[in-house]
Amino acid sequence: MDQHAPAPTRTEAALAGTPPDRLPGALARAWDSDFLWSFRHSPVAIVSSLVAVAMILAAVLAPWISPQNPFDPAQLDLMDGLTPPMTPNEISQRIFILGTDPQGRDMYSAILYGSRVSLLVGFASVIFSMAIGITLGLAAGYLGGRTEALIMRIADIQLSFPAILVALLVFGIFRGVVPPAQQEQATLWVLIVAIGLSNWAQYARTVRATTMVEKSKVYVDAARLIGLKSFVIMVKHVLPNVTGPVLVIATINLALAIIEEATLSFLGVGMPPTQPSLGTLIRIGQQFLFSGELWILASPALALILLALSINLLGDWLRDVLNPRLR
Amino acid sequence: MFAYILRSLLQGAVVLIAVAFIAFSMFRFVGDPVANMVGQEASMADREELTKHLGLDQPFPIQFLRFLGKAAQGDFGISYRQGRPVAAVMAERLPATVELAVLSAIFATVVGVALGVYAAIRRHGLVANAVMTLSLVGVSLPTFLIGIGLIYVFAVELRWLPSFGRGETVRLGGWTTGLLTKSGLQSLILPVLTLGFFQLTLIMRLVRSEMLEVMRSDFIRFARARGIPNRVIEFRHALRNTMIPVVTIAGLQLGSVIAFAIVTETVFQWPGLGALFVNAVQFADVPVMAAYLVFVAFVFVVVNLATDLAYLALDPRLRAAPTAAR
Repeated sequence: MDQHAPAPTRTEAALAGTPPDRLPGALARAWDSDFLWSFRHSPVAIVSSLVAVAMILAAVLAPWISPQNPFDPAQLDLMDGLTPPMTPNEISQRIFILGTDPQGRDMYSAILYGSRVSLLVGFASVIFSMAIGITLGLAAGYLGGRTEALIMRIADIQLSFPAILVALLVFGIFRGVVPPAQQEQATLWVLIVAIGLSNWAQYARTVRATTMVEKSKVYVDAARLIGLKSFVIMVKHVLPNVTGPVLVIATINLALAIIEEATLSFLGVGMPPTQPSLGTLIRIGQQFLFSGELWILASPALALILLALSINLLGDWLRDVLNPRLR
Repeated sequence: MFAYILRSLLQGAVVLIAVAFIAFSMFRFVGDPVANMVGQEASMADREELTKHLGLDQPFPIQFLRFLGKAAQGDFGISYRQGRPVAAVMAERLPATVELAVLSAIFATVVGVALGVYAAIRRHGLVANAVMTLSLVGVSLPTFLIGIGLIYVFAVELRWLPSFGRGETVRLGGWTTGLLTKSGLQSLILPVLTLGFFQLTLIMRLVRSEMLEVMRSDFIRFARARGIPNRVIEFRHALRNTMIPVVTIAGLQLGSVIAFAIVTETVFQWPGLGALFVNAVQFADVPVMAAYLVFVAFVFVVVNLATDLAYLALDPRLRAAPTAAR
């Protein structure tokens, strides 16, 4: 699927100003000329990647760039409560870009900290499901036989069940097993595991399919001939060749995982209000829908949409680039 | 053809038993069923008696078989939280969810197919392009935000429609329906739109791309050559040939309908099974969770079977050569 003729690839990459020779295998393909060329010619990709990168940077740098720490009660002033966006507060005359909630918490800071949690859960759960999916997919594709039948059967069942349902179940079991006192701290990890467990099947399917194609190629025979162990062949030789499709799924799944986390938090089975993600902020903001303080709801909602949409569009573009048949 | 149906049935049974096993393990190992049922002051003797009564002193496989037998009769024990039989609690919630799911499926299919055909026929038209772009945005919007948006516009700003609950319902035997009163119907509109929206965009995009494919094929060209009017070609000849993939995806999408029903019911405080499940998860009400899981699996199996049968009805080729199916 990713077999370009080597010669034009190198020259075009050189024109784009990136030396592919110096980068290791997977990265070299990522910087492939075709890739950069499409990027430069796709306004959607440029804009959405700018938005995504800006939001991720803002989330990572939240403690340094946000006007206040929204979870430090000492920094909150009840007098600032319910200030509309961009209008000076009647008492303190302070201006908040996105307004404040009833406790005088600056919504802009809350969103920065909230997207930090959302992105942390998103990235960690994607890595978690990727690890499970790739391992099982490689094993299924390379070993075949009973192992394959069993793994793929489980993946089939898993795939037909909606991710959110699986995540809710994992969360429910957690509520039943862990004593209430420790639940609040553990929630973040449970969310990561719950969302990760609900998304591994897609990776497994794709990796298995690609592995089966790769397995029949000559280089695998050669590796086997020189006496390498199955494990080494799988990890060192087959695995690098499945990174393309996995990258696409991972990007689209990142957007899905962020939405899934927001949905769980919105349903009240996710992050607690003491450590809110964007979903928790929306859940809190919903209470002000009828009283007219729309900004408490609208700003985290917009942040979530922007984040999910930009990553989604980036994933769509990536899929089109890496899979020429779809063009 | 008989073998084909039999195989579908068998696969369904295997899935059901597997899910029942998960549900049973949850019931058995998450929390202590005995401690959840007796009060704090119960004596050891009371506990032992209940353990015996529940059959928890017997070997695991026998317990599982008993669970299966009871589950088949719809007996899932007593809800930890409400103290009533799970079956009764669920039966009370079922009508709300069924009405919501069925109406939104009808809405999504009718509007989705219509828009999809339109977008395919007027491929480069302004409206078709606008609809396609909108659908792309719709796919990446979380369901609960669509619901909140609709509440804001139609309940808060315009004050046209209620924002929560089922409105007035009418009892018909064991079934409560919101379809017979004005407030019941009004209450249905926003949840149905919310739940149907995702399916709608999906069906629409699918119908469009399938239509574009079919319109390029030879038999359409010949039909044109025969001078058959465009409308007849589009709706009689082309549309019918797009139905197989549409039915497949619509069937497979049932999973997401159930998932989105959970979210939709929470947003609109709809007294259905999904909201019940979310509550059960919050309070670790294991019997309700287990029962809901088995219920969802059952619906899945039935719909999968229906989808398989729909193929047979839609595609005469499958009836002729059953081995080619799957």
